[in-house]
Amino acid sequence: MTDATAVTGASAEARRPFVSLLAQDDHTKRRNAAEARFKAYGLGAVIIGLFFLVVLFVSIIANGLPAFTRMVVQLDFTLTQEQFDDAESKLLKTGAYQAYFVEGFDKALSERGVEVEYDAAALDRLIGKVGSIMRDFYLANPDKLGEEVVFDLPTSSRVDGYFNGRLKREDVSDSRFLQVTDLDLADELHEAGIIKSDFNWTFITGTDSGVDNPGGAGIGASVIGSFFMMVVVLVLSLPIGVAASIYLEEFAPKNWFTDLIEVNISNLAAVPSIVFGILGLAVFIQFAGLPQSAPLVGGLVLTLMTLPTIIISTRASLKAVPPSIRDAALGVGASKMQSVFHHVLPLAMPGILTGTIIGLAQALGETAPLLLIGMVGFVARGYPDNFLTGFTEANSAMPAQIYTWAARADASFYEKAWGGIIVLLLFLMTMNIIAIILRRRFERRW
Amino acid sequence: MKTLKIALVAALGATALTSAAVAQSRDNVQIAGSSTVLPYASIVAELFGENTDFPTPVVESGGSSAGLKRFCEGVGENTIDIANASRAIREKEVTACAEAGVTDIIEVRIGYDGIVFASQKDGPAFTAFEPADIFNAIGAKVLVNGEVVDNPYNNWAEFNSDLPDVGIAMFIPGTKHGTREVFEEKVLLIGCEATGAFEAMVAAGMSEDDAEDACLDVRTDGGKSVDIDGDYTETLARIDANPNGIGVFGLAFYENNTDKLKVATMSDIQPSTETIASGEYPVSRPLFFYIKKAHIGVIPGLKEYAQFFVSDEIAGPSGPLANYGLVSDPELAKTQEMVAGEQAM
Repeated sequence: MTDATAVTGASAEARRPFVSLLAQDDHTKRRNAAEARFKAYGLGAVIIGLFFLVVLFVSIIANGLPAFTRMVVQLDFTLTQEQFDDAESKLLKTGAYQAYFVEGFDKALSERGVEVEYDAAALDRLIGKVGSIMRDFYLANPDKLGEEVVFDLPTSSRVDGYFNGRLKREDVSDSRFLQVTDLDLADELHEAGIIKSDFNWTFITGTDSGVDNPGGAGIGASVIGSFFMMVVVLVLSLPIGVAASIYLEEFAPKNWFTDLIEVNISNLAAVPSIVFGILGLAVFIQFAGLPQSAPLVGGLVLTLMTLPTIIISTRASLKAVPPSIRDAALGVGASKMQSVFHHVLPLAMPGILTGTIIGLAQALGETAPLLLIGMVGFVARGYPDNFLTGFTEANSAMPAQIYTWAARADASFYEKAWGGIIVLLLFLMTMNIIAIILRRRFERRW
Repeated sequence: MKTLKIALVAALGATALTSAAVAQSRDNVQIAGSSTVLPYASIVAELFGENTDFPTPVVESGGSSAGLKRFCEGVGENTIDIANASRAIREKEVTACAEAGVTDIIEVRIGYDGIVFASQKDGPAFTAFEPADIFNAIGAKVLVNGEVVDNPYNNWAEFNSDLPDVGIAMFIPGTKHGTREVFEEKVLLIGCEATGAFEAMVAAGMSEDDAEDACLDVRTDGGKSVDIDGDYTETLARIDANPNGIGVFGLAFYENNTDKLKVATMSDIQPSTETIASGEYPVSRPLFFYIKKAHIGVIPGLKEYAQFFVSDEIAGPSGPLANYGLVSDPELAKTQEMVAGEQAM
């Protein structure tokens, strides 16, 4: 090293005349310019990255925020015992409740005296699917029958879109679902305070809904589904992954067999996720007989996908622990296992946690493997009864729910898909924050 | 370190517990199949969950063929109970089913679905088509001056002066969709015969089957005909980006997006639930679902779901399905009887 510099220094001196150290010669200028250019490139790259991030966030938030508010019809309504009995005797009970509400709405409006002309069909177009909300209420509170109850019921998705700016007046000219004259009525009701804006709790807590009922759709159940899947992934992949890496890194003999395993783990990390879905269908559902559409199976499939990531990152962080730590432990008489568990593993913990969280985050956003095990589609089973059935009862997952909504005909579901992305990002951020806190606690310096 | 060990043991214990809990039986109906039937099935599944004491069925999509394949995997709790299909089950599939032990299959026709041609609302006036126009636009080989040649047209106005003078860009369903079959049969083939290309091909020495196949070939030059393998939202996005594009949609999808799309008539008939029901509008097809009879009585709510689906309140002309865009079946009463009697095919 020193020889080489001496030689080049000497030859440079031979070629060039003496120059002042204070004035830069051409060579130095070129080198400095290259450095300045590189800094500019780097800064440019960061700015481009930031620009895309900002564009992404702005579009997600702008598109998704309307999903968190909704327009409701606020109306006092009385249901008699006969009407209740009549509705309960029908096959389509929710439809009967809906009809009673429209009837009551019509009566309330004529008592109030609205200026715009309308018919009962227009009211039906203005309100969303409210039958099941009312039925649930009266089944839970039979004592309220015959009494006046104030309901906050969602409007139809198009009225919602009209008030949040998604839909213009001219857009509904050909629509069968809403007419321009209905909007006059909606405007008047809005001024009278019957239609008003409200925070959409249904979206946070609800389950998926039929394609004709965007107002009843919520992401809550699929958040729970994702949560149970993440529990399965964490509980299986962390101990298995860490045990495998400790063995491979600290105990395994170096021979062709361990090399083979190593290569295959790297290969496994690069396998497309849909392959794991096919495997999951064949092994877990058809062979092992586990239930379809269950977070347990989803979690098992995602575990297979996450394991390589965790093993690779754990091995890297074990490798990063200086050998002197191991030598010192062994030197004071610790056994191999003691040196690993008392000294190496705690030092590698921050790295292991980072790898685990990256693996989990990747698994959280994965839809492809879930396609084949029945978690994508219409899964509206609702909340599990208890912690254990949460693993086995049919449920969806957040990315699957977002994917399903984005494909639906009603533009209102598209809005909900963006809203779902916000919830997914919040879930992800919570996971990352937990990881950072844990990392801080485990961090040790040497 | 101790906490880590405790956590580890607890975690493994929890896994063992859940595996034990899995041994319980399935209590919800499991459905898979056509993405065209999925919207209707989701409406019914939601209402079924709300109006009965059974849990809401799970409806997956993935296409008619994929659904029927899973349906035919065998009998048992870890197979699906119902397959949705936008076409009738094929002989081949019935045989495959029988080989796997799925012998008694109940066929339920739920209604009809219209297929419409629509373009961007603010784009040029594509408001009237004949099957011949579509064939001339995207057929691989068409008839020009009495000769069958590779499709030379770049513009709609080149073969029909009533159409706008803009470049051809059609977005048609990909081959994995059931919709493609209807499109080929009711538009391309009819158009091929109407333009005389079919006769010319037969006259040139092709057998009728070969000529029919040649009629269904679409051109592959320069993106004039694009297969869409995704769903209608993808077609809508392509139309949004291309004012001259024509897309193939389901009637219900179009009716939900009248703010972005305008629909074209076919042979002067405006597509609507009425014209499709009367058979005037030519491009429509029946929708089905298939029930595994062996699962009735084993999976709770299966028969009830099927009966609920085809009831007058749901699938009838004033029910929620018709309201969403399904053309209700005039022979619904017969279907109801068949489901009630568990009459297999």
